[in-house]
Amino acid sequence: MENENTAPLKLTWFDRIFKPQVITLPNGHSTVRRRSRAPLILLLLLIAVWLSLQMTGFDLSLIVRKFNKLLDLFVKLFHPKWEFFGKVVGPLVDTIKMSVLGTVIGCLVALPVAVLSSTNICRSRIIVGVFRFILALIRTLPTLVIALVCALVFGLGTFAGTLAIAIFTFGIVAKMLYESIETIDMGPFEAMEALGANKFQAFWSACVPQILPVYLSHSLYCFEMNVRASAILGYVGAGGLGITINERIGWRDYNGLGMVLLSLFVVVVAIEFFSEYLRKKLS
Amino acid sequence: MAEKLEKLEQSLDRKLTVAEMYANRPRKWLLYTLIVLILVVLVTWSGSSIHFEGLTVTGREVARGVISGVTHPDLKLMFGTGETDVPYLLLQTMAIAVLGTLFGAILAIPFAFLASTNIMPKPVAYLFRVVILMIRTIPSLVWALMWIRVTGPGAACGVITQSVCSIGMISKMYITAIEDLDTHILESLDAMGCTAFQKIRYGVIPQLTASFISATIYRFDINLKDATTLGIVGAGGIGASLVQCLNSRRWAMVGSFVWGLMVLVLIIEFISTRVRRKLAHGE
Repeated sequence: MENENTAPLKLTWFDRIFKPQVITLPNGHSTVRRRSRAPLILLLLLIAVWLSLQMTGFDLSLIVRKFNKLLDLFVKLFHPKWEFFGKVVGPLVDTIKMSVLGTVIGCLVALPVAVLSSTNICRSRIIVGVFRFILALIRTLPTLVIALVCALVFGLGTFAGTLAIAIFTFGIVAKMLYESIETIDMGPFEAMEALGANKFQAFWSACVPQILPVYLSHSLYCFEMNVRASAILGYVGAGGLGITINERIGWRDYNGLGMVLLSLFVVVVAIEFFSEYLRKKLS
Repeated sequence: MAEKLEKLEQSLDRKLTVAEMYANRPRKWLLYTLIVLILVVLVTWSGSSIHFEGLTVTGREVARGVISGVTHPDLKLMFGTGETDVPYLLLQTMAIAVLGTLFGAILAIPFAFLASTNIMPKPVAYLFRVVILMIRTIPSLVWALMWIRVTGPGAACGVITQSVCSIGMISKMYITAIEDLDTHILESLDAMGCTAFQKIRYGVIPQLTASFISATIYRFDINLKDATTLGIVGAGGIGASLVQCLNSRRWAMVGSFVWGLMVLVLIIEFISTRVRRKLAHGE
């Protein structure tokens, strides 16, 4: 008890400036409480907000002034043009196909890379470092920029979109996967090695059964995201629903846009529901 | 599976031998064959309409240009201080993300409380969940395109877009935190005779702040990446200039924008991961 009360607090630079408060308890022990950091954080946040307001020129009265326009837009969105559905189906199916193929390719490539970038399986720090750095770089690139470059290189259409989704999926799934691989139980792996199995055999029967459910669940999660993400890739010419969305907005046909968004909503909800069910089964 | 083995042990009234355990090992091959079968069907179905048509006429030149741009960025643009240079645009992108996340986080609070089943009656909660799901399904770029019609192009449009988009995910994470609230604390405060306000101040807020802040920081990470693409539709930030340079094939400028973007996202991701780890595990 005594030790706990008198254990010295680790002082940071903040505590050196604002001395911790000393509280003397009725039984004679004294304990120290650090000063709250909240005021400092709040002050920094306020400065950041003020600077941001200056830089973006954001003005709340803008919304109030344009409120009628906004209301008009939303009213039209919620009255979808049903007969437009026939023109939505084609691009919607394309979008789903793009995300299916992109996700599968991305996840397949991600598996070996994730294994190579997890510290408990790959002992070489250089290989791990290089792969992780590449993955981090890929994850920083916005999907739309990747899609635009792909569209410029491979021509407009669904192939560019598929490739963009594959690259994006690769970055995310590989990262989530190596983080999960690092938490698996390495006991069975060592036991197999001690029994005389080679590294691959040990990995195959000790690690793969642990990794596989996690891998599938990450892939499904990524697929959910990809359906939503691929809907906009058409904006830069990479095929799918984005072209239709852009066209509707360009023509200010918000009833048509409402129909497009409604069908996207239904598909996304259905896929999310299905994938959540599967993921629950896997875990 | 473990339960099944335990039941078997109980019925036999002794520990199972290793051989018996192995004979009762989990057999998931049926599940896995099913998954592989579904995958094969899906891939052939989606592969049917995605064709690789080779590089475009200028594809090779674009690919070479991108590589040369990334290896030889425009240094003057990269470290300049003008309003069209990389540092200013990056700051503007960050400003959009800061304001968008902050407004989104504030707007999400009422949504989250209204959609929590342990606070609101079930029908109301589910209604608000559908609204949140709708907000989440519409891609941010589509939100931006709609808002531009209302507010006109500019960074302010980006801020509004992100404030609205963020509600979806942030409130989903808030709801989890609210539904995990430990109500025993409220009961003991009640027994001590605390008023409703005191119960909220000492029973609810301390339980929620850490997870709320963590969710907000996580969303800031995503918003920053998102803000880089919002510029493509004219909602401010670095995206507009990046896409313009890509389309007009000024590769050195593309290179400097891409480098700036990567460095910013990497730094923010690093900081946000550390802060969130601290929030989750204490000091």
